Amino acid sequence: MNISTGDKIPNNVDLAGDKVLQRALEQWQPEFLNWWADMGPEGSRTNDVYLRTAVSVEPSGWAHFDYVKMPDYRWGIFLTPIDGGRKVNFGDHKGEAAWQDVPGEHRANLRRIIVTQGDTEPASVEQQRHLGLTCPSLYDLRNLFQVNVEEGRHLWAMVYLLHRYFGRDGREEAEALLQRRSGDPDNPRILGAFNERTPDWLAFFMFTYFTDRDGKFQLCALAESGFDPLARTTRFMLTEEAHHMFVGESGVGRVIQRTCEVMAQHKTDDPARVRALGVIDLPTIQRYLNFHFSVTIDLFGADVSSNAATFYSSGLKGRFEETRHGDDHLLRDATYPVLQVLDGHLQVVQAPALNALNEKLRDDYIKDSIAGVSRWNRIIQKAGIAFELTVPHKAFNRKIGPLAGVKIAPDGRLVSQEEWAARESGWLASESDREFVASLMGRIATPGAYANWIAPPAVGINKQPVNFDYVRFG
Amino acid sequence: MSATLARQHVIDPEVCIRCNTCESTCPQKAVTHDERNYVVHFDLCNACGACISPCPTGAIDHWRQVPSAAPYSIAEQLSWDSLPEQAALAVHDGGGMPPEVLAATQAASAGQGGAVSAPWSAQTPQVNLYPVAAPAIARVAGNLRLTDADASCDIRHIVLDFGATAMPVLEGQSIGILPPGANADHRPHYIRLYSIASPRDGERPNYNNLSITVKRVTEDHAGKPTLGVCSNYLCDLKAGDEVRVVGPYGSTFLMPNHPGANLLMICTGTGSAPMRAMTERRRRRRALKEPGETMLFFGARAPGELPYFGPLMKLPKEFIDVNLALSRMPGESRRYVQDRIRERGPDVARLLAHAETYVYICGLKGMELGVDAAFDEVCREHGMDWRELLARLRQGGRFHVETY
Repeated sequence: MNISTGDKIPNNVDLAGDKVLQRALEQWQPEFLNWWADMGPEGSRTNDVYLRTAVSVEPSGWAHFDYVKMPDYRWGIFLTPIDGGRKVNFGDHKGEAAWQDVPGEHRANLRRIIVTQGDTEPASVEQQRHLGLTCPSLYDLRNLFQVNVEEGRHLWAMVYLLHRYFGRDGREEAEALLQRRSGDPDNPRILGAFNERTPDWLAFFMFTYFTDRDGKFQLCALAESGFDPLARTTRFMLTEEAHHMFVGESGVGRVIQRTCEVMAQHKTDDPARVRALGVIDLPTIQRYLNFHFSVTIDLFGADVSSNAATFYSSGLKGRFEETRHGDDHLLRDATYPVLQVLDGHLQVVQAPALNALNEKLRDDYIKDSIAGVSRWNRIIQKAGIAFELTVPHKAFNRKIGPLAGVKIAPDGRLVSQEEWAARESGWLASESDREFVASLMGRIATPGAYANWIAPPAVGINKQPVNFDYVRFG
Repeated sequence: MSATLARQHVIDPEVCIRCNTCESTCPQKAVTHDERNYVVHFDLCNACGACISPCPTGAIDHWRQVPSAAPYSIAEQLSWDSLPEQAALAVHDGGGMPPEVLAATQAASAGQGGAVSAPWSAQTPQVNLYPVAAPAIARVAGNLRLTDADASCDIRHIVLDFGATAMPVLEGQSIGILPPGANADHRPHYIRLYSIASPRDGERPNYNNLSITVKRVTEDHAGKPTLGVCSNYLCDLKAGDEVRVVGPYGSTFLMPNHPGANLLMICTGTGSAPMRAMTERRRRRRALKEPGETMLFFGARAPGELPYFGPLMKLPKEFIDVNLALSRMPGESRRYVQDRIRERGPDVARLLAHAETYVYICGLKGMELGVDAAFDEVCREHGMDWRELLARLRQGGRFHVETY
């Protein structure tokens, strides 16, 4: 179905055919716009931004580029087209036709899944709202804004599901999504990582690399859902999520590239000297990485979880690439390795696979993350510098699950409180690291100019040159 | 060897972020991956382009010309850390160059006074990849009239799309068109050559297409009414129509690749096609800020008869120095390209004296003598010997003529 762009709310779900729903969403729309005005990117209302907007869900139509003022962005509701033959592919309902409505018995769980996912979307916009003031280039500013408007659209995607399928409860949850605030002690966002600050652009790139990648894996698991509208919504969201991970991967890559250029030019690997030359030293990048990686893997939840088992068995949330797995898709008798501290050592124990699904998703995520880190290492290698970025052990700096409270070094060793306290600042980005990075941040807003601490991108957006006027200030 | 070249779709592993968008988008299920790379099945990809715009990185939009029988395998692609360079392709032997192409090329370049080599930095061209026995099949992607409705001639900009067939070309090269049907002797029509009007990366960047500039022939050289077989065939084509294409041809009328080279281009009418290709090549590379001047002398009867007049006039002065010579303006004396060259004598002389200047002349035979005389005069006025300079230009592959 085509997107009806003439409507107040662009959509491909025949909103005009459901007046009650349409009215409800049209009431939510101004509240959303108020939230955007309060909590969206600071000082950006009049900017003309070279943005990508979907004009149809066909591959040819959803990447339409033009200048848009962000408050006028066409936030809407887009689902991938319905596949009539789609089945529930896992769990107790395996083989049944995929559900077009919410099964009564799973209603509360589904609502919880959707609200948790939905809450992350406005949260990240809130976390990033001051970054525009210190953008390293117009290209990066545009990418930040693209990420922001698409997070806004992802919120719309979840709110549509809440309104359409969850009645009054759903409408109340949709309201609450606009009321919680990232980092607000009285009314925080649901998940921990989404209450952390994103104070500088290195943190932003790390966040989009690591934390948006968590989004990818969560969305992939939900795209397998037996509840078809959720699967179709998240499938379309995944196409947008890809851009966010691109911003992160290429952003960190460009920071590394620039650091390596300066190191090679000045023949130094002394972090203090590198800092004095106005670029971010590789050990600091490693400490940022350690922080964002460990905070993000907590988002997958407890290693052993009965909720995870319920979500899977009831067909609500599958595994990453569920249909690619060659097993029975029931997992009743299978086991999966998880980590525990036994007799003062980290040990692998077998847990029921159903209960260990969070851990399984976390492991898939880790594999994907490591692959990108190895691509960053290629940049360092190419520059002839002997340094390797690594992903810390998955038990490092955990705050959720049985590993929370255990002190584990990035290499996986169990360490004492004293050793942790003595070495923490070498493992995790410290206040002084953040102060240094913050000292480099300054707004560069001339087409083609890039801050000293970051290399220009290899290619521009939509085949435009790197010195294109990606944002025009009105 | 028959026409066995293909365009293979490949993904740049250095830019790709492994987001899976292409794989989930591809209607042919041609994209697959392992833990290292995302790659494309040569046999399954039909170059439909559905994956191109959704890709967030641009890594998806890469193509290599390969022998159809030996594309990069999946295993090979999965092992890449970076894209391989485009390998040089074996030049087609297809029974040698078609005799009418040789004859036409010789006649067209006669004005440069014998064989001239290509600029030293020109990219090595692919020549005669598709012979008459095995032409490439293109589809018309667009057919646009360039001249005003009331102009004395109908000149068209025709875009040909080659789909999954490789047609590697360079600015200044030509393709041959095989019109359908037969002549009065029941023999197939001769090949007609057309200069390519688009740069090497396509009429639309990175689409596998090219454009030609075709004037509808309605009279013969003597002015007797007659309908040109091929030009009328081409001018009447509709989008989607199939066209049989041979070539590409031309290995000397090519542009220099090195930054700092100046282009001095003189053309009339549809002779503007290669000039447009070269100008567009340079325009697309402007962001690189490569040094080198571009100066154009362009003759036609009136602005409405100048192919590409509108876009040409929009190009900034500092990018290209455009000099129009209009010979049929009401109330004005007739001005030809040679007149404009004289008017711009100091700048023309400065460029001609520059060791990095490359001269291109393309259009009607009639312009050759006039241009030659104008160069001679300009040189004399600035203390240079045109004959001696011409010999040096030819020697260095810096003087190229294609007239008909």
